[in-house]
Amino acid sequence: MFRFIVRRFLWLLLVLFVVLLITFILMHLVPGGPWDREKPLAAKVVVALNKRYGLDQPLWEQFARYIGGVVHGDLGISYSYSDRNVTSILLRGLPKTATLGVLAFILAQAIGIPFGMAAALRQNTAVDYASVLFSTIFASIPGFVLGILMMIVLSVMLHWLPTSGWGSVRQIIMPVICLAALPAAQSARITRASTLEVMRQDYVRTARSKGLKESVVRVRHIFRNSLIPVVTVAGPELANLITGSFIVENLFAIPGVGRLFVQGIYARDYSLIMGGVLFYAFTIALLNLAVDVMYATIDPRIRYD
Amino acid sequence: MAVASETIAVAVRPHHTLWGDAIVRLRRNKLAMAGMGFIILLSLLAIFAPLLTPYGFAQQNYSDILLGPSSKHLLGTDQLGRDTFARLLYGARTSLSVGIFTQFIVLSIGLPIGAIAGYAGGRTDNFIMRFVDVMYAFPDLLLVILLSSVFYGTRFGGSIYMLFLAIGLVAWVNISRLVRGQILSLKTRDFVSAARAMGGMGRYLTVRHLLPNSLGPVIVSITFNIPRAIFTEAALSYIGIGVKPPTPSWGAMIQDGFGLIFAKPYMLLFPAIALALLMLSFTFVGDGLRDALDPKLRR
Repeated sequence: MFRFIVRRFLWLLLVLFVVLLITFILMHLVPGGPWDREKPLAAKVVVALNKRYGLDQPLWEQFARYIGGVVHGDLGISYSYSDRNVTSILLRGLPKTATLGVLAFILAQAIGIPFGMAAALRQNTAVDYASVLFSTIFASIPGFVLGILMMIVLSVMLHWLPTSGWGSVRQIIMPVICLAALPAAQSARITRASTLEVMRQDYVRTARSKGLKESVVRVRHIFRNSLIPVVTVAGPELANLITGSFIVENLFAIPGVGRLFVQGIYARDYSLIMGGVLFYAFTIALLNLAVDVMYATIDPRIRYD
Repeated sequence: MAVASETIAVAVRPHHTLWGDAIVRLRRNKLAMAGMGFIILLSLLAIFAPLLTPYGFAQQNYSDILLGPSSKHLLGTDQLGRDTFARLLYGARTSLSVGIFTQFIVLSIGLPIGAIAGYAGGRTDNFIMRFVDVMYAFPDLLLVILLSSVFYGTRFGGSIYMLFLAIGLVAWVNISRLVRGQILSLKTRDFVSAARAMGGMGRYLTVRHLLPNSLGPVIVSITFNIPRAIFTEAALSYIGIGVKPPTPSWGAMIQDGFGLIFAKPYMLLFPAIALALLMLSFTFVGDGLRDALDPKLRR
């Protein structure tokens, strides 16, 4: 197990390195640079700025220096927020993105798993059909359309909630629902499918034939085993939540990492873009690793070597 | 006698091919048919848009600014006096073509790469799959955003072709994984061994036996890719690095209407609902296809 984690972690580092390399190359293929303004800067100023930010050096040297910084937790100096380093900019956005992501994840599982279970235990009844229909709808409507519909109804028509901003509980409700809709629907679908599968297993029949109470069979045998696939998709789901935060943060004007990243793109802020990519790729890779480890813990049939 | 006629009755039981059977089952799926109906309707509206509305998508009319729905402007006008109904119809062209044409790029990259990895195996497979793993580590939307911002400054920046390319260059990864898996499992099947025993070699075997038999899951996956591409286009145009104005896009219309959400909420509502309905339709069709092509459910 320990060796497995170490090996996966080393592979993760290699992947992140390649991801950064690709991003670096892509960014430098972009025509124009961070000093492009409506009114062009004087050539002398550009030369001075390039020198100050190390942009006058060969590309490979810039990349090597960047990687050297990353190893020490230094993501470089932002080009658009003068005299602020990317690490501190991202750290300021991180709590917002993380709060949204974690709350949405909890909400999604709290809705999705019970609904999926209920649908499976009452297969082919109205409960089941309603659950399947709603999960299909919410799985295919994009979060930001849902956000717009909620804004129109809850903010514009009913004046219940503010449309945007960050800081109060009321401002957090819509973005969280918006992010949670898709993973809730996915969880419900997967829980339903896996519960149906588990219910037909021999060990469930054995448990019943031993004379165990139905509630015990449901909790100890069905519920626990049907959660295994749910955990597997939990990683990608959380990853989707984090990626989804791009659009949702922009929609609700939340100054999280997603919004910072998009602003970095507008401003051709190389180091902010790299920092954003690194943040997202690292988070996603780490989540997937965590899921693999958890997977082995809940399913004793799986062993790593 | 009775025995003989029974044998005949069994013998003439209609023969069901996989595809014929799938079509029958797809037809019985009401949601899938409703989705298909909406997609066809919207496609017709998009194709015949010039006949259905007297207004052009970029035609500005400063005497008719920010009007509500009326008989003159069916769904009202925006802040430049452009007709919302016209923009919605022409926007459907953008959405549908991004959704569909992107898939050609996805297939033309993902299919051969997946097939090569699956068929060649060994070191080639390992190399390709490690690259695919790296692509997987990138969040999709992030890479599309990066690519579009790279392409934005080029000659075709902000055009619909840029989006085909940016989305296609990211989305092929799923297909190549799928095709590889399919081919790996098909390779061990008897009919492939038979074809090989009869002298079938590499490319012939792949093109003639392996790929056609992995088509079902690929078609399903492509169907699910379409709404994702449509969403990506809308999202990119919404944050301002998708199609350039005045090319109509539902995402851009949402962005235009956003500042006026309190004054003119319907400006935002129409494109948002259109986007949701189109994505839902493709998902219904995809679900229907998946069930229809599931060999476990065959008669």
